[in-house]
Amino acid sequence: MQAETIRPLKFGLHRFAAPPEFYRLAGRLIPWFGSLAAVLAACGLYLAFFVAPTDFQQGEVYRIIFIHVPAAWMAMFIYAVMAFWAGLGIAFNTRMSSIWACAMAPTGALMAFLALWTGALWGRPAWGAYWAWDARMTSTLILLFLYVGFMALHGAIDDPRRADRAAGVLALVGVVNLPIIYFSVQWWNSLHQGASISLTRAPTMAATMLEAMLVMTLAFWMYSIAASLARARAILLEREKRTGWAQQAALE
Amino acid sequence: MHWASWQEFWAMGGAARYVWGAYGMVVLALAAEMMLLRARLRRAREAARRASHWSNKEAE
Repeated sequence: MQAETIRPLKFGLHRFAAPPEFYRLAGRLIPWFGSLAAVLAACGLYLAFFVAPTDFQQGEVYRIIFIHVPAAWMAMFIYAVMAFWAGLGIAFNTRMSSIWACAMAPTGALMAFLALWTGALWGRPAWGAYWAWDARMTSTLILLFLYVGFMALHGAIDDPRRADRAAGVLALVGVVNLPIIYFSVQWWNSLHQGASISLTRAPTMAATMLEAMLVMTLAFWMYSIAASLARARAILLEREKRTGWAQQAALE
Repeated sequence: MHWASWQEFWAMGGAARYVWGAYGMVVLALAAEMMLLRARLRRAREAARRASHWSNKEAE
């Protein structure tokens, strides 16, 4: 019963869209992205705690920015990429695209959660409240719910390809939330401001703070790639466990 | 370097529970995700091996 399910792709995407190729390549790439994330995080944390100066308005608590902003950026960016792959999966019926979308959702949800968590712990000392129904916070919470909804809907449908399509539609509809998050601080009178003002106040401070934030963002980015690739490999094996290549790969 | 001592570093100017609460959760969450991913890949590999064993038996 060796079902050969590796079909040539209809639209000739490059060859790593072939499951065995992807599985092998991702396995080789994950340690690199993981190490890069670790090195960048070490540099970023050093900059964040030992180089970036104390904020003259907020004191030390502002240092939450170095994880809060990267997590929030990644939460939005991962959603955009996830929706892109989900959309491609629907449009061209490419299985790998949908698997990549599925692989990104939990990491994106984690980032959204971390953005909210770190934001709450920053909001308490800065504004006096862990939470407010502010436009930016509310739309970020909706982003978390979109991720969770995507995963729940996918999990609720037994047939993986049907699940890919249904969850993909949800992912695409949810894209409208991204510009809402991004522009929320301009469109509505928002609590969410504070820190970015102090970034531009003193130029010498801005440089080291910005540097630390960018390095931490890169670290989060590399981590997200490693985690998504790892999850994509697992999903791929789960879905293809009846094929020859997957069984071979599981023995290696 | 602007910390006079490690104690001062950990105190974070009185904001220790906010700063470390935020950083701690990030560390915790990422560590948990990595552990879950490792376990998931292991389970997937086991399932594929079982499926392979099963299909070999059927072929015999």
